[in-house]
Amino acid sequence: MSNPIKTALRNGLFRVESGWDALVGRESNPMYCLGAMSWYFFWIVGASGLYLFIPYDTSAARAWDSIQYISTEQWYWGGMIRSLHRYASDAMVLTMMLHLLREWLIDRYHGVRWFAWFTGVPLIWMVFASGVTGYWLVWDELAQYLAVGTAEWLDWLGIFGQSIARNFLNREALTDRFFTLLIFIHIAVPLFLLFAMWVHILRINRANTNPPRPLVIGATLMLVALSLIYPAQSHPPADLDKATSVLNPDWFFMGLYPLYDTKGPAVAWAVAVGASIFLSLMPWMAFRRKRRKPAQVSPPNCNGCGVCTFDCPFGAVVMRPRQDESGHQKIAVVQPDLCTSCGMCMASCNRTNPFLPSQKHETGIDIPDFSFDLMVKRISARTHGLVGEGRVMVLGCEHGSVLDHLKGPSVGVLALHCTGMLPPSLIDYILNKDLADGVLVTACRPGECFYRLGPEWTELRLAGQRVPKLRGAVPRDRVRLSWAASTETKALAADLAAFRAALADLPKPERPETTKRRVAE
Amino acid sequence: MKIKPQHIAGQALAYTAFAVVIAYFSASPSYIHHPPDAALLKLSLTHAGQRVDDCKERTAEELAKVAPNMRTKQSCGRERNAVTLEMDIDGKPVYRHTAKPAGLSGDGRSRFYDSREIPAGRHVIRARMRDGNNPDVFDYDSEIVVDLKPRQVFVVDFDEEDKKLSFK
Repeated sequence: MSNPIKTALRNGLFRVESGWDALVGRESNPMYCLGAMSWYFFWIVGASGLYLFIPYDTSAARAWDSIQYISTEQWYWGGMIRSLHRYASDAMVLTMMLHLLREWLIDRYHGVRWFAWFTGVPLIWMVFASGVTGYWLVWDELAQYLAVGTAEWLDWLGIFGQSIARNFLNREALTDRFFTLLIFIHIAVPLFLLFAMWVHILRINRANTNPPRPLVIGATLMLVALSLIYPAQSHPPADLDKATSVLNPDWFFMGLYPLYDTKGPAVAWAVAVGASIFLSLMPWMAFRRKRRKPAQVSPPNCNGCGVCTFDCPFGAVVMRPRQDESGHQKIAVVQPDLCTSCGMCMASCNRTNPFLPSQKHETGIDIPDFSFDLMVKRISARTHGLVGEGRVMVLGCEHGSVLDHLKGPSVGVLALHCTGMLPPSLIDYILNKDLADGVLVTACRPGECFYRLGPEWTELRLAGQRVPKLRGAVPRDRVRLSWAASTETKALAADLAAFRAALADLPKPERPETTKRRVAE
Repeated sequence: MKIKPQHIAGQALAYTAFAVVIAYFSASPSYIHHPPDAALLKLSLTHAGQRVDDCKERTAEELAKVAPNMRTKQSCGRERNAVTLEMDIDGKPVYRHTAKPAGLSGDGRSRFYDSREIPAGRHVIRARMRDGNNPDVFDYDSEIVVDLKPRQVFVVDFDEEDKKLSFK
């Protein structure tokens, strides 16, 4: 990342997330699942909206009264549902915009991720269109302001046969039919939004659309409490014969309207469309990004087990029928356009095992830029010459902490594309061949993986809960997993020191002569 | 998944902060769209200008040349004149615009829209519109003296039935 402002912002983000982790606990930190939080708020908005449709009167004369009735006479239920509808919408905008900002800061918007980013831009328009049409339905002074402003804004395009703003010239001009159209739009746009949200995550394997349970419970309680303590209120009823004056807009949805008021429709359109085009094209403006070669399947070594397809975070590996003489029914096939070269597929392959007898460490699916053979050789080279007590090999992610700062006479380091590309058998190999006394695996914190799922898969594999598992015979006190963001190199160094101290207290393992250090080069 | 006791206070704090941000920006800060002591003058009309060419009576020979279902006695050009609209407030010109007729053949309506704040009180509003072929003549010219109240919306329109500029 060459942009110093962006680097500073990203470091700031990681520090905020660390602080938030300490405050609320990692599983209750919404920063790691902002997209999923937006989904959750969408469901709340949808469910509360369905309820509000029942008492709502779709007429210009009675729309305001019907909303006011449930807000005042039924404040404990109807009013609360109305407030939930509003506040969940606001929360959705907030989490959506934070999600956008965070994905940009963590650089997760270009390369194969262009699709999710590109399809995310129309979602912003749809969310705002859903919100603004919802505010129209209340038909109070704020609705009047929005209706007239939006109509004038659209009329400027000159593509509509009739002037929309003339519908709001005076009381007589407005008809109940217009409200029927409005509610149709307010239901249709969110339905399109839901479809577009599905498209948005289409190319993401195991997309997270459900936040962790603690967050769901906490966010729901927070919204309900807010709805009861500070219920949503209407402005006075709309009166098209009276100009709107002092308003209390919902700034989550209406930030662009004052720009229209002061600078006119041309500037407002230029800002809205210009920003959308700029956002849409951002994946292709990430210049000087070197795209790595996609993973490659080695047919003689692929037994068609399919584990790589489960582990790929982007669904880039699929199983296809196989008709050669191998005896296997299926073979893994890489879709290059979807592959990020993270190497998680390589780690998941049961052929990615340094103990297998082979001149060259071959595997079923490999990363051309950083093959498994190269990985084994580098580990051998970097552990060669380690001296002293507590020799440690640190294996981590190139996007996480700066591993070179940890290098020393007793410490070797190797940065991988992603920690998820580390096969557990390699840890076994390092200890078994006496290449080091301990292995420190460091990964970005879950949710901060540049690729996706690398830290999660690593943790489960080392804990023996996901294949390929770290063999049970591997001494766990000689393996340590340490989460560390790129800003946490010092904390990682402290963790390394503590690990080495702990290793020094362990009894020397007795090894048969045949398994003593054997450098693989 | 159990929440650690030391995180309960932190979560309460975080959710409160989240709620405060949502509650505050959902209705604050206030925004003044139009000053409460001003009125709003809206000029909004759509009007089709007169046809550029006069209609001509078709001769029997011309009628014979067209298809039987299209044998109307008159032949009229579709294109309409651009419409020019001007407005003065208290003798000062504040609006002047010429709008082309809509449609690929220029046979649609010309559209005007303007919205402006005006101090409450007594004003003389004059509007004039040209939709014919003579560039020196305004085909419609009306004036009104109004006493506008604060926040009143006053609309200048064109009454197609009575064929005159309307003020309401």
